[in-house]
Amino acid sequence: MAKRKTLAVITGIGGRLGQLLVRRLHREAETRVIGIDRRPFLRKPSDVEHLRIDIRRKACEDLFRTRRVDVIYHLGLMHDPRQGLGEHYTWNLFGTKQILEFAQRYSVPKVVILSTGDVYGPQSDNPAFISEDAPLLGAQRFAGMRDLIAVDMFAQSYFWKFPEIETVVLRPAHIVGGVRNAVSNYLRLPRLPLLLGFDPMVQVLHEEDAVSAILAAARPGVRGVFNVVGADALPLRTLVGLTGKPTLEVPHVLLPSLARQLFQLRLADFPAAELDYIRYSATLDGERLRTVTRWHPQYTVEEAVQAALRSTIFDGGAERTVAGSGAGHTESV
Amino acid sequence: MSGTVVDNLQRLQAVGQSIGHNLATQLAQWSEPERRRTLAELVAREFSEASQEVASLLLSGSWRTPDDELERRISHLLASKNLSPHGTDSFGFAPAEVRSVVPYLEFLYRVWFRAEVHDIQRVPEGRCLLIANHSGQLPFDGVVIGTSLLLDRDPPRMARSMVEKFATSLPFFGTFCNRMGQVTGLPDNCRRLLESEEAVLVFPEGARGISKPYSHRYRMTAFGHGFMRLALESQVPIVPIAVVGAEEQTVNLVNVAPLAKLLNMPSAPLTPLMPLLGPVAMLPAPVKYRVYFGEPMEFTGDANDDDAVVAGKVAKVRAAIQAMMDKGLAERRGIFI
Repeated sequence: MAKRKTLAVITGIGGRLGQLLVRRLHREAETRVIGIDRRPFLRKPSDVEHLRIDIRRKACEDLFRTRRVDVIYHLGLMHDPRQGLGEHYTWNLFGTKQILEFAQRYSVPKVVILSTGDVYGPQSDNPAFISEDAPLLGAQRFAGMRDLIAVDMFAQSYFWKFPEIETVVLRPAHIVGGVRNAVSNYLRLPRLPLLLGFDPMVQVLHEEDAVSAILAAARPGVRGVFNVVGADALPLRTLVGLTGKPTLEVPHVLLPSLARQLFQLRLADFPAAELDYIRYSATLDGERLRTVTRWHPQYTVEEAVQAALRSTIFDGGAERTVAGSGAGHTESV
Repeated sequence: MSGTVVDNLQRLQAVGQSIGHNLATQLAQWSEPERRRTLAELVAREFSEASQEVASLLLSGSWRTPDDELERRISHLLASKNLSPHGTDSFGFAPAEVRSVVPYLEFLYRVWFRAEVHDIQRVPEGRCLLIANHSGQLPFDGVVIGTSLLLDRDPPRMARSMVEKFATSLPFFGTFCNRMGQVTGLPDNCRRLLESEEAVLVFPEGARGISKPYSHRYRMTAFGHGFMRLALESQVPIVPIAVVGAEEQTVNLVNVAPLAKLLNMPSAPLTPLMPLLGPVAMLPAPVKYRVYFGEPMEFTGDANDDDAVVAGKVAKVRAAIQAMMDKGLAERRGIFI
């Protein structure tokens, strides 16, 4: 009798990372994939099932009741500055609660949750290596991070509530590539704004490295919270220089009010609070994931930047232009 | 309602009185005939000698490190660091950028402050904590210690100082500090730097020490205990350093605490020339720096011991610095020479 194939459920499969993950699972492992996403999944491989439902809906539970799921990749967190906080809270927090409860009720042994390194937040007095045990201060000046921090902490509570499930929370540095998040969108701007006199250290993670880290975290025995760090940190201005694009130097006393105006007029998709990312550092300590899983990033900063610039953004029909706060959200709408 | 207004007014009055009182005392001291005479003598005697020294340095060009020597030093730094492909370490230090700053550092170090450095070879290889007294309103003492290790020690080392959080958050200056290998003063940063075999410069007096008024010069304030706990934890030798001269570079008559609070700064010193020159009055006078490096000190024990136990060890370091400082003060002929 043929060996039973592993069954993986991916939330937010319609997003860029979801699609890359499907492709890798296809290529590297004998895995069947079921995706959950309200958005359409263009160029879907024929053997991937796609449920176009809201994870908050009851219908989602039928999937877990009828099938034996081996691993859940929860990539379907929303971070869209244009959406209200209420929608963020119910989608992200309630959705994550659903997923974790299904896992517990129907004995899914492994859940990988893609949180974000932005939960720590950029601060002038951040240490150069922010460890997983650092307090999550990301919302102190950026209210739009509150729900994501709540999700991260909520997921952590499952470590002790349901120790039989291997729960992994990944906090990646800025994922760069064809993804739609704030940092990739920033690099794709025709002219990159910089704050006069500021040059924080930044870390970028190539989208393919992000996917391989997700796969590494899904291996049996891995559990806990992990920062995911790609190539070495570098000064923001060096990163910007790699794009070869012109820059726009703005004094930091002027830019926030300007950014607020542009955001309100819908001329820019960056909320003013995100300017802190081009002002102060938030560099993570990626040692834990590397020691526990032996995962190592394969891509250089140059390759990540090129991937971001090359990408003609895949547009999933109803998907909005989303400026994620930086790291790894496959933005669902 | 009116109570709080009255309270605030009273507080304001009290602050005003204390500032006024301090100022009055200082001015009274300086206006004593004896003091006035010493001041005049000082200017006459020391300034002429100091300016001759400066003139000969500038004319001969001997203050510049020869290019090949400088190149040797910078390449040693580059080779000894674990740098990313983009030329920085994890903290943001870019050794190659030191090259363009050296002329300014050298000018400050050899011409402006004419620094005299003793026993610099006592700074060991590998991880160590450099512990110094802090003074002078602006941290030129850190600049001088850093430059001495860079230009006068063999082989050169880059001192990684623990910088006040306020300073690293500033535009330009914060970025400059970061590229020059100076790091936000956090225990975690210090621990990591020591793990990677760096020489970490700590001023345990912190903002208290650097911003003390002129009348408190060469009276060290209380030392923090953090450095000793880190030294015990990471098993690193401590090199005590005494800096003599920096106290006189900027004369702080009085700290205007409410202004500091208003501007969110660690201190707001009022200097004699400030009414005339504004912030320019914060620039240092061309005093002569004397820097004394002490024998490395080793300590053993539990890093989490009671404060009382750690305080005893901290006191030994402080005493070592005090002894070198006393010697330096006794030896020097003047403030500018």
